[in-house]
Amino acid sequence: MALSKTASESDVSVHSTFASRYVRTSLPRFKMAEKSIPKEAAYQIISDELMLDGNPRLNLASFVTTWMEPECDKLIMAGINKNYVDMDEYPVTTELQNRCVNMIAHLFNAPLGESEAAVGVGTVGSSEAIMLAGLAFKRKWQNKRKAEGKPCDSPNIVTGANVQVCWEKFARYFEVELKEVKLREGYYVMDPEKAVEMVDENTICVAAILGSTLNGEFEDVKRLNDLLIEKNKETGWETPIHVDAASGGFIAPFIYPDLEWDFRLPLVKSINVSGHKYGLVYAGIGWVIWRSKEDLPEELIFHINYLGADQPTFTLNFSKGSSQVIAQYYQLIRLGYEGYRNIMENCRENTMVLKEGLEKTERFNIVSKDEGVPLVAFSLKDSSHYTEFQVSDMLRRFGWIVPAYTMPPDAQNITVLRVVIREDFSRTLAERLVHDIQKVLHDLDTLPAKISAKLALNGEEGILPRKKSAIETQREITTAWRKFVMARKTNGVC
Amino acid sequence: MVLSVVQSAEESSSAFIDSVFASRYVQDPLPRYNLSEKSIPKEAAYQIIHDELLLDGNPRLNLASFVTTWMEPECDKLMVEAINKNYVDMDEYPVTTEFQNRCVNIIANLFNAPVDETRRAIGVGTVGSSEAIMLAGLAFKRRWQNKRKAQGKPYDKPNIVTGANVQVCWEKFARYFEVELKEVKLREGYYVMDPVKAVEMVDENTICVGAILGSTLNGEFEDIKLLNDLLAKKNKMTGWDTPIHVDAASGGFVAPFLYPELEWDFRLPLVKSINVSGHKYGLVYAGIGWVIWRSKEDLPEELIFHINYLGADQPTFTLNFSKGSSQIIAQYYQFLRMGFEGYKNVMTNCMENARVLREGLERTGRFEIVSKTQGIPLVAFAFKDKNKSLAFKLSKALRNYGWIVPAYTMPPNAEHVTILRVVVREDLSRQLVEKLLSHIESALSELEDEPAVPKITFTYEMKPRRFVGDGGEGDLHIPETSVNWKREKPKVIYKDVPVTGGKTKGVC
Repeated sequence: MALSKTASESDVSVHSTFASRYVRTSLPRFKMAEKSIPKEAAYQIISDELMLDGNPRLNLASFVTTWMEPECDKLIMAGINKNYVDMDEYPVTTELQNRCVNMIAHLFNAPLGESEAAVGVGTVGSSEAIMLAGLAFKRKWQNKRKAEGKPCDSPNIVTGANVQVCWEKFARYFEVELKEVKLREGYYVMDPEKAVEMVDENTICVAAILGSTLNGEFEDVKRLNDLLIEKNKETGWETPIHVDAASGGFIAPFIYPDLEWDFRLPLVKSINVSGHKYGLVYAGIGWVIWRSKEDLPEELIFHINYLGADQPTFTLNFSKGSSQVIAQYYQLIRLGYEGYRNIMENCRENTMVLKEGLEKTERFNIVSKDEGVPLVAFSLKDSSHYTEFQVSDMLRRFGWIVPAYTMPPDAQNITVLRVVIREDFSRTLAERLVHDIQKVLHDLDTLPAKISAKLALNGEEGILPRKKSAIETQREITTAWRKFVMARKTNGVC
Repeated sequence: MVLSVVQSAEESSSAFIDSVFASRYVQDPLPRYNLSEKSIPKEAAYQIIHDELLLDGNPRLNLASFVTTWMEPECDKLMVEAINKNYVDMDEYPVTTEFQNRCVNIIANLFNAPVDETRRAIGVGTVGSSEAIMLAGLAFKRRWQNKRKAQGKPYDKPNIVTGANVQVCWEKFARYFEVELKEVKLREGYYVMDPVKAVEMVDENTICVGAILGSTLNGEFEDIKLLNDLLAKKNKMTGWDTPIHVDAASGGFVAPFLYPELEWDFRLPLVKSINVSGHKYGLVYAGIGWVIWRSKEDLPEELIFHINYLGADQPTFTLNFSKGSSQIIAQYYQFLRMGFEGYKNVMTNCMENARVLREGLERTGRFEIVSKTQGIPLVAFAFKDKNKSLAFKLSKALRNYGWIVPAYTMPPNAEHVTILRVVVREDLSRQLVEKLLSHIESALSELEDEPAVPKITFTYEMKPRRFVGDGGEGDLHIPETSVNWKREKPKVIYKDVPVTGGKTKGVC
């Protein structure tokens, strides 16, 4: 006779998670629970809740890498318990960072001698990279002004209104004034002439973007350089340039090698690039490279002298994981020049496929340029019946996340949808997206007609108090929405 | 008849390599500073990097670091699944964002933050305590500036009062955000910030006083209650309202579980913000920290950015933007999985193992224990013999056994004291502690066997040249009679490496 035993409350291991009481009791949200729970239950509960997150690979809003090879995943997991900052304990990992810095510096044509080491550092992303570069400029400018006996309390930085939010963060946190060059309809990047006009003696640098967040366009850094050289000659202020190549830094060298935007231009003193965008690494790695040692004031560098080795560092973060640095090195040696070029060319071709598919529908204006980051930014030719925001909403039903947003001043009346083509966005997906967009347009086209037909059946308009038609309500809602969104910096994407 | 086909070098160059170690990829020099022209197969790339990393230290034997080096396999699974999620896409990954908010609330409750009607805590997840401290410092600086502007007083010289035992990130904050760092010097036997001296140093330009719960050097908890009481008295006299920030990077996840009666958190009215490292005793891998503010008033609204993307308004205040989501999910996993009793058990185990280590070291008779019994589970010890070189030598000798045990000199004014420090993390079990003790004993006996080195003393006289031709310009004449041979007790000459100014403590 078999005695059946039931698992009692105090049993440590629960045989079937879904048969246990753990999936019935409510999760602690604001307080830590008194008791522990078995690890299988914890895993299952969290994993289940995370199913409701978006699918990273269908997120067409983000530039950040969402797929890496399994071999790299293995290396990432093996490095996950290494605290990157323990340079003495993990000398190879530190060496890998140094190699990456040097490779990227060479990619950007930094003027380095035969055995000269590049000046640069790995960061947690372009935000930290930009803050470090900005700090270096601010300190250099302050030192220069102090030496000249002039006031150094009102530094400013000149950029386009299309900059990503981290520039605004830098300005606000480090007490630098942000002077933005306004955009205009049809010209959605920083105008070099206007930028140079805005430069004054308090300008610590002019920041140009290679790969604008809004429409992927490359700013004309060469022209900016030439105009600024002329102005510097007249004024003697020696205003430098910083290039925010967060997206473009890993694209331009491979498919536009003749485009002069990097250290080949003499006024460019530092460049930042996101390893986690077209560097093809998961989120959490960026790089900033300086032209030479003179561009990084020594007083900002900390010398960690621990167990003998002197390792100079200049970062905001201290402890962090090593996985992304190892992954970046993996990509650099695995792909090499030809690998990156093949991937970028594939992205560009898929971009063309998507662009042509959208043009064929004859419902959209393409706002992005052909030369630039592989993305397609488009707006509706006719947005009187429904707006881009509604198209974006409807696409969610198919699983696609395609963001819609208004341009910054002075082009606030333009709304665009933007699709970013990453490495893992294949041609088949591009064709499917076009197909789904056509379905969405069809649904939206037929929608108002159905509602207004209903209203017409419900009595004469003259007697009843005039109700707002569906279209007018929609228009009001979207105008209110637009106003609300315009009021703040809306570019939360990177 | 079997035909055997041999793959020629040309054939194998572009296609799949059957055996990595048989291919030419492990023979060609790796590109170090330049991107190579060609790609290589992924198996080769993996193997090459994996092999080079074999020469890194073993994270679990790294007794220098507080940062977690082991997590359960279930948690590893969750981390891998989340690795391609960019945390900042709050609208796309609402559940991940919700986990961060839950963690903030859980930690705020753990620190007894006063609960308001909305029951929403004010805090944020960061990449580590460095970012957390910079955010907290920024908030204090801005509040102080606003207050001074309103009073019509100058606000160009903010300063912050801390102990000389602070971790390097405070110095970074001071240098990068242009705040003066006023350090309370230590003294022999007292290796943390003295509350009395700290309060003396507070002036009208002080934006806050930074206290540490769990000093990096010896794990001691500073007396925050005393600091609070003294500062409250001073504030009454001066009307400056100077607040306190508690750097609980290590102690924040130890004190609530082992010393619940110790008042160090928001129970003290002057404490306005606290930071803690999730990747230390929060038991998560490197890359997560938390900062909690007492209430909305303590975080100036102008510092908060409202990311309004696709509809939802999510206020954020961080320095970093894009980053991985894995650590946040791991932190939530730990809270859920362990609960209060789980964390308490882990911390109790750590303290027990620390006690075993401490008693073992005392039994050798060679060491003085510098760390206190109440504090972080670590053991800091110094040689009874005042010879500074011994600690460094022992540290080096232990490396031969695989252990990384750091040795360092104390900050001013206790620079003559050199200590070794062993951090007891969750994964340093009793067996490993006992092994460490036996290795220390072996290493000690090796130190004894050092051969005697004769010491030579020179004295030199500088005297003007008597006549031309007596050697070149500026020659140093060492008279032979001053070379003195003395047979003394064997001592090794140790050369002090002077450290160029600034914080040198690279540990966290």
